[in-house]
Amino acid sequence: MSGQSGVTIEDVRRVAELANLELTPEEEPRMQRDLNAILGHIAELNELNTSDVPPMAQVGEMLDGNAVHTHGETLRADLVQPSVDRAAVMASAPETDGRFFKVPKVIER
Amino acid sequence: MSTATALSPEILAKYQPVIGLEVHVQLLTETKAFCGCVNRYGGEPNTHVCPTCLGLPGALPVLNRQAVEYAVLAAKSINCEIRETSVFARKNYFYPDSPKGYQISQFDKPVAENGWIEVPAFDESGAPITKRIGITRLHMEEDAGKSIHDGFADSINRTYIDLNRCGTPLVEIVSEPDLRTPDEVFEYLTRLKEILLYTGVSDCNMEEGSLRCDANVSVMLKGAKEFGTKAEVKNVNSFRFIRSAVQYEIERQIGVIEEGGRVVQESRLWNSGEGRTYSMRSKEQAHDYRYFPEPDLPPLVVGAEWQAEIFKALPELPEARRARMIEEFGLNEQDAATITATRDFADRFEVAAKKAKSPKRVASILLSEITMRLRAAELSDEQSPVSLDGIVLAADLMEDGTISSKQLKQLLDSSFAENKDFPEIYERDKPQQISDAGAIEQMIDEVIAANPKQVEQYRGGKKTVAAFFVGQVMRLSKGQANPAMLNELVTKKLDS
Repeated sequence: MSGQSGVTIEDVRRVAELANLELTPEEEPRMQRDLNAILGHIAELNELNTSDVPPMAQVGEMLDGNAVHTHGETLRADLVQPSVDRAAVMASAPETDGRFFKVPKVIER
Repeated sequence: MSTATALSPEILAKYQPVIGLEVHVQLLTETKAFCGCVNRYGGEPNTHVCPTCLGLPGALPVLNRQAVEYAVLAAKSINCEIRETSVFARKNYFYPDSPKGYQISQFDKPVAENGWIEVPAFDESGAPITKRIGITRLHMEEDAGKSIHDGFADSINRTYIDLNRCGTPLVEIVSEPDLRTPDEVFEYLTRLKEILLYTGVSDCNMEEGSLRCDANVSVMLKGAKEFGTKAEVKNVNSFRFIRSAVQYEIERQIGVIEEGGRVVQESRLWNSGEGRTYSMRSKEQAHDYRYFPEPDLPPLVVGAEWQAEIFKALPELPEARRARMIEEFGLNEQDAATITATRDFADRFEVAAKKAKSPKRVASILLSEITMRLRAAELSDEQSPVSLDGIVLAADLMEDGTISSKQLKQLLDSSFAENKDFPEIYERDKPQQISDAGAIEQMIDEVIAANPKQVEQYRGGKKTVAAFFVGQVMRLSKGQANPAMLNELVTKKLDS
């Protein structure tokens, strides 16, 4: 993918819809420009031959010296830890009755 | 059962329904999937939460080892192959009860695949068969929180969110589209639940949502090669409604096609109150979860050695257990099914039955006399005043002919009336047992004298009339004649 031809305005609208974002008509071309610039930047990676490189989504194993844990050694034991005090949680909530989070009525989009 | 439209049996018979199920099962771990918050149903709202399950920036998930072991055990119990290296993925969607904006799930590399379970079904001629239903995959994921849309003063414009459930470990079990009738769907769910209960990985409580089911339903003309467009029926959260929900959707789709329309791929919500499904989304393209590998979690590796360790916890499963109990205890299919309905009960039964002289008699007392009284008194198995050991004593007394069936009934009546176990009642009441041959013979003589017609019938070759005399003498003795002796003496007297 390269240049401005990659992401169309329709793509921008679709992604915005999936992200529950409402873009103004002025924002749409700006987003298109930004997205294409980012994708163009990333596209440089396509110049590398990665056919022999296994896909990797995170770097934890590398930090661990490529150790392979086949027995769940790095997993968490099933032991209860204290939860956070609700008053502290609700202090940061935009809207609450002290027990629940409150959000604007959910309507299926 | 409600129907979508009035369709004749001839029209319905033209179509072949095709059904696959997605079953979500909450795992019975102590803590959530990715954090140490307690995994428990209910609780004061938003008190089982922490930065991780609240989706606060910077909080990182760490996978619960026990959840993995339960998932692998569940997978094994439904004959899946375990994938040694599986990968977690983010399923992106926006809903307020999912605070991260994505659900951690598994996508292209689930922890297990290619399983099956067997269910009772019928072939085209109506003969009973055992049908193998394929299981495409079992993957691990996390549950969302709960949205409460009604019941508050401002519910008209506010939704209330409780995140206690958020992050509860789940397995999703996806079947192949191998199911063909609502009955098969019911049997599949029943068997699946039974197996999972035996493994102990979940309590499969549909009322509390620990087992939830979505059904993918489509119809095609019989003989067609290609499946029709499917609709997903969500929210079928009760065994009571699964058949009617699927049946409704089958008929709705046939109705749409018969009227010249086409079935739309969509999610539909089952409303049990109205007995129908409703479209949830108008947009056909609503689903696009933009899955990508979860960068916060390394691939999950369950090596051969760990797998072998986990498999050790696999119990004898219901089907195998039924077959063995039929063989060992001489039970019939129905009794074996009742006794093996839960692993706990089957365990307790077996321990007790092995102590008895006739395990079969233990089963029969349990399933007739005890069950009948429990039902009448509206008690659960656990509330029974008569313990399994009590039943063993009763069975042995019957087996030895020490008490008659009438006396057994009286003793059990007392047990239930006074809420005392059978041995206690028996020790106290010790029903008078007439075991004096002379006394019994005297009563038999009396009955014979009073019923010359029946004596004639017997001596004329109708041997079954003996039962009449046994009954009469038993009545005369007020149920106290030793039944074994009575049987023997009646025959002897009549034959003499």
